[in-house]
Amino acid sequence: MSDSTATANGVETEVHHEHPSYQRHHFETVAQQFDATNFAMWLFLLTEIMFFGGLFTAYLILRNWYYPAFVEGSHQLSIFWGTANTTVLIISSFTMAMSVWNAQMRRKGGLLLCLVLTFILGLVFLGIKGIEWHEKWVKYHVPGLHYSDQSFRNPASDPEVYAEYHDKSLAPDMASKVEQYFFLYFAMTGMHALHMVIGIAILGFMIVRAKTGAYTSGHYTFVENFGLYWHFVDIIWIFLFPLLYLISRHQ
Amino acid sequence: MSAATIVSLPDQATARIPKMNFLSKENGLLSWLLTGDHKRIATLYLISITFFFFIGGALAGLIRLELLTPQSDLMAADTYNKVFSMHGLIMVFFFLVPSVPATIGNFVIPMMVGAKDLALPKINLLSWYLYIVAGGMMLYTMATGGVDTGWTFTTPLSTHYLNTNVISAGLAVFVAGFSSIFTGLNFIVTIHKMRCPGMTWFRLPLFVWSNYAASILMVLGTPVLAITLVLIVLERAVHIGVFDPAMGGDPLLFQHLFWFYSHPAVYIMILPGMGVISEVVSTFSRKRVFGYTAVAFSSVAIAVFGFFVWAHHMFIMGISNYAALVFSLLTMLVAVPSAIKIFNWAFTLYNGSITFETPMLYAFGFMGLFTIGGMTGVFLGATGTDIHLTETYFIVAHFHFVMVGGMLMAFLSGIHFWWPKWTGRMYPEKISQLAALITFIGFNFTFFPQFILGTLGMPRRYAAYPPEFQVLNVFSSAGATILGVGYLLPILYLTWSLKYGEIAGENPWQATGLEWQTQSPPLTENFPEIPIMDHEAYDYEWLERQQRKEVASV
Repeated sequence: MSDSTATANGVETEVHHEHPSYQRHHFETVAQQFDATNFAMWLFLLTEIMFFGGLFTAYLILRNWYYPAFVEGSHQLSIFWGTANTTVLIISSFTMAMSVWNAQMRRKGGLLLCLVLTFILGLVFLGIKGIEWHEKWVKYHVPGLHYSDQSFRNPASDPEVYAEYHDKSLAPDMASKVEQYFFLYFAMTGMHALHMVIGIAILGFMIVRAKTGAYTSGHYTFVENFGLYWHFVDIIWIFLFPLLYLISRHQ
Repeated sequence: MSAATIVSLPDQATARIPKMNFLSKENGLLSWLLTGDHKRIATLYLISITFFFFIGGALAGLIRLELLTPQSDLMAADTYNKVFSMHGLIMVFFFLVPSVPATIGNFVIPMMVGAKDLALPKINLLSWYLYIVAGGMMLYTMATGGVDTGWTFTTPLSTHYLNTNVISAGLAVFVAGFSSIFTGLNFIVTIHKMRCPGMTWFRLPLFVWSNYAASILMVLGTPVLAITLVLIVLERAVHIGVFDPAMGGDPLLFQHLFWFYSHPAVYIMILPGMGVISEVVSTFSRKRVFGYTAVAFSSVAIAVFGFFVWAHHMFIMGISNYAALVFSLLTMLVAVPSAIKIFNWAFTLYNGSITFETPMLYAFGFMGLFTIGGMTGVFLGATGTDIHLTETYFIVAHFHFVMVGGMLMAFLSGIHFWWPKWTGRMYPEKISQLAALITFIGFNFTFFPQFILGTLGMPRRYAAYPPEFQVLNVFSSAGATILGVGYLLPILYLTWSLKYGEIAGENPWQATGLEWQTQSPPLTENFPEIPIMDHEAYDYEWLERQQRKEVASV
């Protein structure tokens, strides 16, 4: 709607016709428009860092308080699926970077292919995450809803994990703190997954638009800014994976 | 003295409001609801925050009415808890935080930097819609029984013990937070990327600097509040969480996360107000703001220091003595940039050609009341006195001096100052001067007794109090009535002036900002062509040369 106000009272029609159609009326040049939206995206990612920062702080403090509980909670996570998901996400970041490159090079076919690949990899990530969450549900490890601390008061009752780590049984009050670990696990991976869902929805929108050639006529700002977002969500996972899965592997 | 004025209006017999302006450009509800124009969004914001201000104000009236007598007779104690909680929540998140930035800032910042609009007009509109959704959720919270946590959502009270609408209130604040993030983000991008040719950083009006500093706080602080509220909501919803000690959580963690936002939030509220005062003091003393660079950097300094003082809200909550010591020292540090501002405004007045139009009267009110509010903040920042004074009426008086005496005065000052630009018409001068005076008197009557009540030991947040405190409470309630009149008057005469005010012309105050060098109300794209800034900010000689040139060319 703001574009329609562009030629308001004819004051600027003189220069207006030289502008490409995608330049919004309130920018002087395309370069300014690109700079401004790109800068806005970086600022937005900064707010996202602060947002996740609160969760990381909570994790840090509670991990220090309830160290044994957090170690045993962490042993419940599947390093196999975690590593697989990390790989999936890193590859999707590569395909996203290739999407930006294809948009810049005005290669519509390449752009579409890379966007679709990113879209599929995003769904694969969520699928694997779903498998992991489902496993937690089956083992009564969903805090507040479907929970029992059996596996931590009596680790031998959970033979698979016990065979690998030989965890000692925790005193009841410490065992109850594993629930805190799972609460943070679900809050952090859930918040991350929510960002993935939003990203995948936007990817779907972009695929439809890319088919019409919207991003391959020189105006690739949206693809580039979305790329920043996608890489950011990837980086959050790069911190979550070691903090939740790997950190207690040898304890 | 009263005859001295700088107001220069066009000849009323021939003057007309320009036919083509941002208000007249398009008509119909949709042209407002789908607008991308920063001036229209500012107008939408102005109407909505005024609505919430009067709801919050009515709740304040109920509080003062209840406190007229020592017993809790007007309402039950838990109703009283809900009333002051809703008063705090509405005033903080739905009035003070968006007040100056989202209305006045939205309206003038693009013009001040010489741009056609904010960098992201759609995000700007989205921010208003988020505000409205959040406001709706808050009204829903109130209509379905309210919330009685205080505006601070203190855990485990909010997550374990209470049975009120904590979840909907928390989500409302969460959404309002995103509205504020988007406003701040938009300002930062605009100030960085949209300045007109010649507009260097040190030619920006100080209003822009102070809003820039406030925007940094919004962008970095608000997300932390958002995640804290998410955790509160989760803790209440699934009964497992990180704040409730009964479940192994840490209530201090909540305090740290909450005040990490909510202390900077008070600077989000006051900094834009300080920007208004810089503009007004300079214009009505006909002088460049004394120590422009120092005032500009003091805004940034307040923003930076503001992030490292949050634990002074927690001196009695069991943080370590060393932490209290460090945070106490850092708190004292904030007094330095604040004092730089006050002293520089005073020096701007020195030898200036001062006139006493309404915006200036409000600005004087700001300077006096903010100084008292700020100085008492130093008492509270000192750990020893804080232990005696915290959670008493002293603290209530302190932050009302800063927020109401400071920010609200600045808001009213700014509204009067830019009203001619916004509407093209003048407000009636005499009655508005009277309103400024009434507000000042009413304010002091209301809140000064609360300092005394606090030092005598009357705790905050109780519906009943020992009878010996009644005299001062009656003073305070009587003052609140006067204050109420002071706030009702502007609503009435400003509405009246929309139709009957004198035509203001381009620059009634002879001010130097770029926003005054275009028609009032401005065009949708602000300027006929993008201006070129070829002089320093507050250069009154440039303005005079400009006017002489115009006369010569006519």
